[in-house]
Amino acid sequence: MDKNSNAYTFIFAIIMVTVIAGVLAFTATSLKPLQDKNVKAEKMQNILGTIGVTGVSRDDAEVEYNKYIKQVLALKADGTVDTKVNAFTLNLKKEIKKSTTEQRFPLYIAEKDGKTFYVVPLYGAGLWDAIWGYIALDGDKNTIKGANFGHKGETPGLGAEITTDWFQAQFAGKTLLNVASAGFTTDNFVSVKTVKGGAKTGDAHGVDAISGGTITSDGVSNMIQERLARYLPYFKNN
Amino acid sequence: MAEEKEPLFSKQNRALLTDPLDDNNPISVQVLGICSALAITVQLKPALVMSIAVLFVVIASNVIVSLIRNLIPGRIRIIVQLLIVASLVILVDQILKAYAYDVSKELSVFVGLIITNCIVMGRLEAFALANGPWKSFLDGVGNGAGYALILVLVAFFRELLGSGKLFGFEILGHKAKTLADSTGLYAMGYENNGFMLLSPMALITVGLIIWVQRSKNRKLIEN
Repeated sequence: MDKNSNAYTFIFAIIMVTVIAGVLAFTATSLKPLQDKNVKAEKMQNILGTIGVTGVSRDDAEVEYNKYIKQVLALKADGTVDTKVNAFTLNLKKEIKKSTTEQRFPLYIAEKDGKTFYVVPLYGAGLWDAIWGYIALDGDKNTIKGANFGHKGETPGLGAEITTDWFQAQFAGKTLLNVASAGFTTDNFVSVKTVKGGAKTGDAHGVDAISGGTITSDGVSNMIQERLARYLPYFKNN
Repeated sequence: MAEEKEPLFSKQNRALLTDPLDDNNPISVQVLGICSALAITVQLKPALVMSIAVLFVVIASNVIVSLIRNLIPGRIRIIVQLLIVASLVILVDQILKAYAYDVSKELSVFVGLIITNCIVMGRLEAFALANGPWKSFLDGVGNGAGYALILVLVAFFRELLGSGKLFGFEILGHKAKTLADSTGLYAMGYENNGFMLLSPMALITVGLIIWVQRSKNRKLIEN
């Protein structure tokens, strides 16, 4: 067959593409379970990190997770628990797009050294793409125990600094409510904000924003405010 | 083919392996593949993994293209090469995600960028299309190793001077918040050079390597 004919070129291209597609599809399918396991273990590591269980290797993540995390609830907008849903596998990105009544948001209840912690997953928008994270609250559901953040494509050195220890460590000890005793009402809930130019010493609701990363920092503030506000009904009743 | 039987490691074949290490190094002489050399040489570990990934891709694509070189229609040969390189890169990416998750997160987009690494396409066009599988294999090993050599060298200096570590181990002592708590060089007031962690310093390091190489290697001196 003439190697320069159109027919030969087409046949060659078709065979080539089919063979390669087959090889890639086979690899992707056979490696999927291992990849999913890694993603799941990383999620567990992140959740454990917010309650101060750090340095857990990915292999031990599941064991440690089961040791500390006592309950995972899927909450409805009114604060009641939906028992039909597997809360761990809820995809926040997809849930956020649903209407408020259909949304289910996960809440992880952890126990460490006899104390209870509530871990809330976060998901929001940064400057370029999605940002996410976990924030852990003390038993009073008001004081922050710890937080960690991740991002898809924030600017390295600027917005991407939200994943650094110094930024995340600032959140510990901050409080969410204006007056702790006034309860979980929308008016009393002030959340934690990143403050451009640096938070004042003693500011219970503010952390330093990142210089040059203002939009990402604001994204973190909005994400925390928006996500945590949805847990108020549950916090009020429990 | 009526080719004369040639020993596996004839002088000519050995040159295929050793030339790209020095006289014809893809980075320092041909100045190809610079983008990844800038981006992932902050630490030795990702640099080494990236080198292994590129080594694998360049060898495998060289051999595959060489095997089917007489079948590839001339008019779509670039597309065919790209397809082979791209699929190999996806394979590497999938394997890293499954077996070396941390490294894969660190390399992130740069694994995908192996596709655009000019060294790979350059070797396919310049060598594999015209030579047999064994020679192409050697050429792939040589060029992959030449790339790896420079990458590891740059990463060595950047990690050592930038963060005082090698492969994450503290070589120059431990830097604590106060001078009194620090050990090793840091106790004498030594500071890491943060500049080394930024991309421009990779370019300067590559430049210095090229300078040293040219002043040592007579063959490279242009008149």
